[in-house]
Amino acid sequence: MSPRIDSLRNFLIGDAQADRVVPPTGFTAWLTLFAAAAMAFLAVFALALSLATSRLADRWGDELARSSTLRISAPEGQMAAQTDAALRMLETTVGVASARALTNAEQRALLEPWFGPDLPLETLPIPQLIEVIEEGSGFDAAGLRLRLAAEVPGAVLDDHTRWRQPLVRAASRLRLLGWVSLLLIGGAMAAMITLAARAALAANAQVIGVLRLVGARDGYIAQAFVRRFTLRSLTGASLGMVLGTLAVLALPSAEVGGGFLTGLGFQGWHWLWPLTIPLLAALVAFLATRAAARRTLGEMS
Amino acid sequence: MRAPGKAFKGQSGKGAAVIELENVAYSYGGAELLSDISLKLQPGSFHFLTGPSGSGKTTLLKLCYAALFPTSGYVRLFDTDVRAMGRDDIAMTRRRIGVVHQDCQFLNHLSVADNIALPLTVSGRADDSEMDNLNELTGWVGLTERAGALPPELSGGERQRAALARAVIMSPDVVLADEPTGNVDWEMSQRLMRLLIELNRMGKTIMIATHDLALIRAAKPHVQARVLRISNRRLQLAGADL
Repeated sequence: MSPRIDSLRNFLIGDAQADRVVPPTGFTAWLTLFAAAAMAFLAVFALALSLATSRLADRWGDELARSSTLRISAPEGQMAAQTDAALRMLETTVGVASARALTNAEQRALLEPWFGPDLPLETLPIPQLIEVIEEGSGFDAAGLRLRLAAEVPGAVLDDHTRWRQPLVRAASRLRLLGWVSLLLIGGAMAAMITLAARAALAANAQVIGVLRLVGARDGYIAQAFVRRFTLRSLTGASLGMVLGTLAVLALPSAEVGGGFLTGLGFQGWHWLWPLTIPLLAALVAFLATRAAARRTLGEMS
Repeated sequence: MRAPGKAFKGQSGKGAAVIELENVAYSYGGAELLSDISLKLQPGSFHFLTGPSGSGKTTLLKLCYAALFPTSGYVRLFDTDVRAMGRDDIAMTRRRIGVVHQDCQFLNHLSVADNIALPLTVSGRADDSEMDNLNELTGWVGLTERAGALPPELSGGERQRAALARAVIMSPDVVLADEPTGNVDWEMSQRLMRLLIELNRMGKTIMIATHDLALIRAAKPHVQARVLRISNRRLQLAGADL
């Protein structure tokens, strides 16, 4: 067994005798446990936010970028002719995979949230919508507008750029905010554990003095503290992760309202992501306590 | 024997010294506490270190187990300059030097037996065979029945004996004792001295710092001891008055 694996095994299994040489530290134990649990709880939400906004940005970015809408407003007698002309033109346009006019039922469904289900669509001057699906690198929107202006005067091309870009940008910013939050949570947890570890080391100055007097190496003394704080953080973060995941589970399902906030959660294998939080918390605690122990023991020399 | 008051230059026997101080000075806060100290502790030797309170006995002992470092001069422990030692080296060296303090500090959450076994624990030697030694040692210092007690429950004499047992459980080459009889009555101090003399007969190097001259006088018929005195920051060989 390699020395690294051996030392990791020793660290995880621990030395019952060595663990006992450092006395139980009441308030720092609870502080570490609570801080780790609270931070893991928040981390679950930050992770859910990041993943949800990531999905949203991808969907808005990919799906909307692949489609455009052509709106035809024409006198009643010319609507069908202009719609046919527009469809013919789109069929010959490079970068257009398909184009189809929405049916009355589809247009009614689009207006239903605003006007209700009994809208008499036939009696209203509703423009005809044509859904355009792009392919390859898309079509030349400026060129298509010029051709439409010449042959289909009632057509207005909406390639979604105007409103899609701010939405995608907002979703990307939210995703970034989520990751920054995770980093801040990790940093805050490291700071709290460092403070708790330093307080524990300072409170045990006499114990450290005795251990040094009888020939304990600094690594031995540090490990007793590091192992304790790492395991406490792992326990606290596991608890916080479970509670945070249950809270995310309790959020309304995305299918219920269909809005952004109801989609704040995990999907598919993303439910496994929260499991990494306790492990990362333990790693943060391990590094923070080890650095604090080395510094404090160095200062005590 | 040298005349009283003459500066001691450390030539106490031949061969490699286990602890050697050469022209050592130690200052703290701008004040020089020890000056031009030279001393060699040969294997198996017995030294008393005496002097009035505040003369620097504890400081000198601390220099001997690298708890302090000299301001100038050299301290060599087992032939290695302490300035060349890293923190791990110092820890390893302390396993060869048993130290008994006057205020013998313990880990109050551990039993007396666990405290005595602490050097074995920190050096990873707390196995069954060593635990047999622990039982034997606890009996040697007369603490068998108190082995399960916590340190705050011990009397002054019991604490000193427990500290002595802890200092020798690793079978160190040297035992340094700082006022080991300071908190105990005469009968107990004699008992502790007998234990230290017994250790010396086993080949251990012993140095005891004490201001109790009666203790030294009582011990001298039983052990071939050199008596050193710190006076005016310097080390002197004490005279026939002792």
